[in-house]
Amino acid sequence: MTLPSLKNIKFTNFYIKLNTFSLFMIFLSIMIIFFKGLNLGVDFKGGTLIEIRAENSSISIAEIRQSLIKMELGNVNVKKFGKENDYLVKIDLSNTNDPNFIQSINNKLSSDLGSAVNFRRVENVGPKVSNELLKDGLLAIVLALAAMLFYIWIRFEWQFSLAAIAAIIHDVIITVGMFSFLSYEVNLSIVAAVLTIVGYSMNDTVVIFDRIRENLKKYTKIDISEISNISTNQTLSRTLITSVTTLLALFSIYLFGGAILKGFSFAMIIGVIVGTYSSIFVATPILNYTKVNSKTVLKEENNKTA
Amino acid sequence: MLYFSKLKLITIYSTIIFLSFFSIINFINTKESSFLSKSINLGLDLQGGSYLLLEVDSIPIINQNLQQKILNLRKFLKKNKIKYENLNLNNQTINFQLKDSSQEEFEELFLNKKNNVNPYFVKYKSYEFIHSIKNKNVKIEYSKYGLIELKILSLDQSLEIVRRRIDEVGTNEPTIIKRGNDRILIELPGLEDPNRIKKLLGRTANLTFRLVSETEGVFGSELLSFEKNDDKLNISKRIILSGENLINAQPKLDNQSNQAVVSFTFDRVGSKKFAKATSKNVGRRVAIILDNKIISAPVVREAILSGQGQISGDFTFQSATDLALMLRSGALPAPLKIIEERTVGPDLGEDSIKAGTISLAIGFLLVIIYMLYKYRKLGIIADLSLIINLTLLIGLLTIFEATLTLPGIAGIILTVGMAVDANVLIFERIKEEMLTENSNIHAFDNGYKRAQSAVLDANITTLISAIILFFLGSGPVKGFAVTLGLGILTTLFSAYFFGRHLSSLYIMKNKDRKIKI
Repeated sequence: MTLPSLKNIKFTNFYIKLNTFSLFMIFLSIMIIFFKGLNLGVDFKGGTLIEIRAENSSISIAEIRQSLIKMELGNVNVKKFGKENDYLVKIDLSNTNDPNFIQSINNKLSSDLGSAVNFRRVENVGPKVSNELLKDGLLAIVLALAAMLFYIWIRFEWQFSLAAIAAIIHDVIITVGMFSFLSYEVNLSIVAAVLTIVGYSMNDTVVIFDRIRENLKKYTKIDISEISNISTNQTLSRTLITSVTTLLALFSIYLFGGAILKGFSFAMIIGVIVGTYSSIFVATPILNYTKVNSKTVLKEENNKTA
Repeated sequence: MLYFSKLKLITIYSTIIFLSFFSIINFINTKESSFLSKSINLGLDLQGGSYLLLEVDSIPIINQNLQQKILNLRKFLKKNKIKYENLNLNNQTINFQLKDSSQEEFEELFLNKKNNVNPYFVKYKSYEFIHSIKNKNVKIEYSKYGLIELKILSLDQSLEIVRRRIDEVGTNEPTIIKRGNDRILIELPGLEDPNRIKKLLGRTANLTFRLVSETEGVFGSELLSFEKNDDKLNISKRIILSGENLINAQPKLDNQSNQAVVSFTFDRVGSKKFAKATSKNVGRRVAIILDNKIISAPVVREAILSGQGQISGDFTFQSATDLALMLRSGALPAPLKIIEERTVGPDLGEDSIKAGTISLAIGFLLVIIYMLYKYRKLGIIADLSLIINLTLLIGLLTIFEATLTLPGIAGIILTVGMAVDANVLIFERIKEEMLTENSNIHAFDNGYKRAQSAVLDANITTLISAIILFFLGSGPVKGFAVTLGLGILTTLFSAYFFGRHLSSLYIMKNKDRKIKI
């Protein structure tokens, strides 16, 4: 039987292989996060972050580090940031309550480097606040997942809800794993990125689910695996076009949006790619495994009209 | 789906015109201020400035209040003829031992709702204190609500003092608000160096005038050290006068020594008290004490009747100015701790605006070109919808006078990327419908109708994320939630009203021609 569809790819043929791959990636990500840990920024770990612009172009990272280490500020981390002569300094110590703390660092650096340094940005977060921010961040992600679970549960059957949440968790774990692997800094904006990824991945999944439900109602005799193929094919060009436009916007932020938005846009780029993949190859297969059929969705219909 | 009533069209287009107007006035510099001159506020990360989060250190306040409470408790117990011993204060807990009276006797008095040492808060259904008695050992400490009440009170006082101090410095449009029970959030736009403000807020500025005791170790005196060095003096605990009695304080250059000093004037009560104290103690030293450090301890040469005086220490003109400012604005009830500080320099803010604008422009162009490439003529509809979408979004941000942050700009760019999704869903659906439908009009109509549930679902999920982020995110991230959330609303509007109308115009014109999507 031929159905009106523009493309005809047998997605179901890849399910087993790609699911194994996904499970492996999740396992790998968890291992990396567990053993390597996350590079938490001052938002979540407390401490001081200073973005420095040096007026003298001949200074080196080593010089800055040397000068800071002499001040006994705990762990010191210096790296280039954005343009030439711009550096990002992270210090374990926060000393938020000492009004002279930042000034004294500036004086010391200026005298050691033999040129004025300009503090373009200072973020100084005490331990109490960083703990709260971390808690709030995790709470936000958990709440978002719960809200999505609830929304899909209302709109669809539980199998769909389970599948969508599995896909989102897949995306979040792999994105966070990537950050751990690359030692990229995790700060408040990364939490924002993760939440947006949750929304985006859900969005992508829901569009396919919507079509699967529609097709299950329309073709009651056709098996779910065939329905999955048809529905994925029918929505495929939408899935790809939207991913492309979103990625175009994100790459534009990544390349031209300045150093501060780099981490955020990077997380989003990973998330959008993984999210697009997961709606086709994680969420939809789970509907197959849970043996969704036309009765599942028609029962729902009856319940609603009853 | 393709039919629009006149009323609907008028509503749609007047909304667009209305919001576009507010969108455009952002880019026109109008000096006049009228109700129309709304504009998007730039967040601290874009215009530069300082964000400070302060926490009231409540331990000293609790101790202070408990000290006072002990005095009241003594009176209370005496009045009610309850004998006790070993009354002391330890770790914010009052302890004592009942002697003859029974536990019940004490409790009956202490839990009487009309007693004056342990008030009952009707609104919390709780007493100010909780107590426990074991073997006649009584422990009294603040109850949860007693503590909340105390914190709220001291937070209100602190907020007032903080506001006065910052206003005196004269920074432009500071935001000073309470956060929770014991925190104050301060935003100082345009401030490059928060150091001075931090110093001004870092002191309680509790000024007292007390006599220096001649003999050491006398009961009722304490050893205090000087501010400038470690020298110590024995100071009487009796306070002659405190900063509350000051009505003015100004920095001044002393004519003789050419040093910066702070000159002050007492109020009437203060003048009288000071005159009395100085006339009685000619030849003795009066210590001027700020936050438990001696600033100076001059000898009283003659009675000071004028109610005026000056404080000299090792001041620079700046530090004298700051001290005078703190004295004028009054003492904080408790020390404030800065627990979070974020400062962005103005040049970084400018760079961020530039980078944000450039990436927005590039992202926008790329998406527009891609849609034209993918959908040709329908691409024009999608692109026009996108332009209207962006205009509406900026208009909404302007009307709400929302704060635009760097992540907020990222949210706008992301909206551009994701907004076309609504049109993509619809166009793809129309494309499918055309495979089975012969009539273009039906195909378009069905396309809009059948894509609707997917479009809604897809946008609501992102909206959920944005709402959660708005309530749990802080600072710049909140700005992201705002633009992302409003972006979804404008997206739905521009795709389902504006875009659909354009489509209907297009399809009416080409109803019989073969349309290729």
